[in-house]
Amino acid sequence: MVPSTTVPGMEGSGKPLLSLRAVGKTFSNGVTALSNVDMTIREGDFLSLLGPSGCGKSTALRIIAGLTAPTTGTLDWSRKPGEESSVGFVFQEPTLLPWASVFDNVWLPLRLKGVSRSDAAPAVSQLLERVHLSGFENAVPRELSGGMKMRVSIARALVTKPRVLLMDEPFAALDEITRFKLNNDLLELWQDERFTVVFVTHSVFESVFLSNRIVVMAARPGRVFQEVEVDAPYPRDEAFRTSPAYAALCRQASDVLVSAINSTHGAAA
Amino acid sequence: MTAVESSVATLDPEEARRLRRERLERIGSWVLPLAIMVLAIWLWDRICVWNEIPQYILPRPGVVLQTLYNDAALLFGSLLVTLRITFLGLLLAVVGGVGLAVLFAQSKWVEMSFFPFAIVLQVTPIVAIFPLINIYVDNQTAKLLLCAWIVAFFPILSNTTLGLNSVDRNLRDLFRLNGATRWQELWHLRLPAAMPYFLGGLKIAGGLSLIGAVVAEFVAGASGQSSGLASRIIEAGYRLNAPRLFAALILISLAGIVIFLVLSLVSHLILRRWHESALKQER
Ligand SMILES: Nc1ncnc2c1ncn2[C@@H]1O[C@H](COP(=O)(O)OP(=O)(O)O)[C@@H](O)[C@H]1O
Ligand SMILES: [Mg+2]
Repeated sequence: MVPSTTVPGMEGSGKPLLSLRAVGKTFSNGVTALSNVDMTIREGDFLSLLGPSGCGKSTALRIIAGLTAPTTGTLDWSRKPGEESSVGFVFQEPTLLPWASVFDNVWLPLRLKGVSRSDAAPAVSQLLERVHLSGFENAVPRELSGGMKMRVSIARALVTKPRVLLMDEPFAALDEITRFKLNNDLLELWQDERFTVVFVTHSVFESVFLSNRIVVMAARPGRVFQEVEVDAPYPRDEAFRTSPAYAALCRQASDVLVSAINSTHGAAA
Repeated sequence: MTAVESSVATLDPEEARRLRRERLERIGSWVLPLAIMVLAIWLWDRICVWNEIPQYILPRPGVVLQTLYNDAALLFGSLLVTLRITFLGLLLAVVGGVGLAVLFAQSKWVEMSFFPFAIVLQVTPIVAIFPLINIYVDNQTAKLLLCAWIVAFFPILSNTTLGLNSVDRNLRDLFRLNGATRWQELWHLRLPAAMPYFLGGLKIAGGLSLIGAVVAEFVAGASGQSSGLASRIIEAGYRLNAPRLFAALILISLAGIVIFLVLSLVSHLILRRWHESALKQER
């Protein structure tokens, strides 16, 4: 296993923010989705969870979000006293309220916390501008493309200024061109706003392009197979996407993923 | 290059044919039913003439129309009485149906315990229940309203219950994640999500409420002093006044059609910006 060290000159990767210790999850139907997962998320990380379908990536994310309780193990949030462990969540589907306008969709998390429309307006407008959706405030989701809906979903997740943004294969359903664009914009947002991201994907290329650390997972039972540091400086742009360095990093991550998948076959046999 | 051109050339007439067919269908969907209706009325008239059917058995359409005009004050007054019961019944059905659905949505246990009662009310023919209502309820209007309500509330209840329970799982998680209270989840998520289902139920309930009101009048009419369209029909039947009977019948049908159209329009206006069903109507 590659020991995780802070890559010099890289953004983020500060103090530990959240540690999963020996986390396991067995569902009532007997499926063990996660077993003995140890993982540390550091402040400013762009951490990807990479693994084949069914290896428990979504389950891990839901546990971090507090939507599911782990069966075994603990979650340690390092936070100052009185501080909320606020998370933003972006689902694979945009998951917008179809009857509400773009503005109202982004306003929703604040609205649920009792912030009035006019008080929320500056934050909402600013975020919509950041995700390049200014002028679409009054559109309803049906009138937007898939990529635009996902942008709304990201803006909504960020409107409460969460410390951690959790994303569950958010771009998997998009076409490649749109995905690349959203990748770039997400990185830009992350660098400017300095939140922490845990990004679930089954795409080697996407995880290498985006993250500074990749946690490769294996299935049956879902577990951490190996951590990979992505030793490439930010900002990463379209030039990086076509660079030999990117190709080499992708090959490296891909090799780890292949061994993770093979390890499962070995275990099953 | 040539391949592209030829494919465009072959596509063109086909596209034109498709367009022509669409236009024809659009016109046909209006003209055809109208033509059939006119034909049916003409045939009705001819049958009366050819067979020399007396007016008290089957009046000619013109006579019915004349009666509708001559007895307008009487008939439309009665129509108003029936419509009042219908709308009040529908209103109570909405309040009761949605209220019960919201109650059911609070817990599976409440739903399991009380849904059977709703079904019993729904499946028992109203005509069979009415004698009981007649015994227990004194007020004539209350009797009729209760009838209309019993007939109309079920589709609203069952549809709204279905809608409240059909909320996207991820959206519910999103609300939980943001610390939404039960009330917030109901108001901001479940009720709007149930809207299309509720409106579907409302369209059915509108017609049922009219049926409930008329049936109740019929059953009550034997014993009472109600003055809705149903009692006009009974009265006309006793007096062998077939033209008036037909005129009253036509008024009831028209009222039903108008109620359905109005509720469809309301539904369309509410859903047109976001719901698939309204999207299809636009095309
Ligand atoms: N609510 C649940 N109940 C039972 N089994 C589940 C549930 N959610 C996920 N699983 C199972 O847990 C395993 C991991 O699922 P998931 O975390 O969704 O994997 P991934 O996101 O990596 O594809 C799968 O075998 C899945 O069938
Ligand atoms: Mg998943």
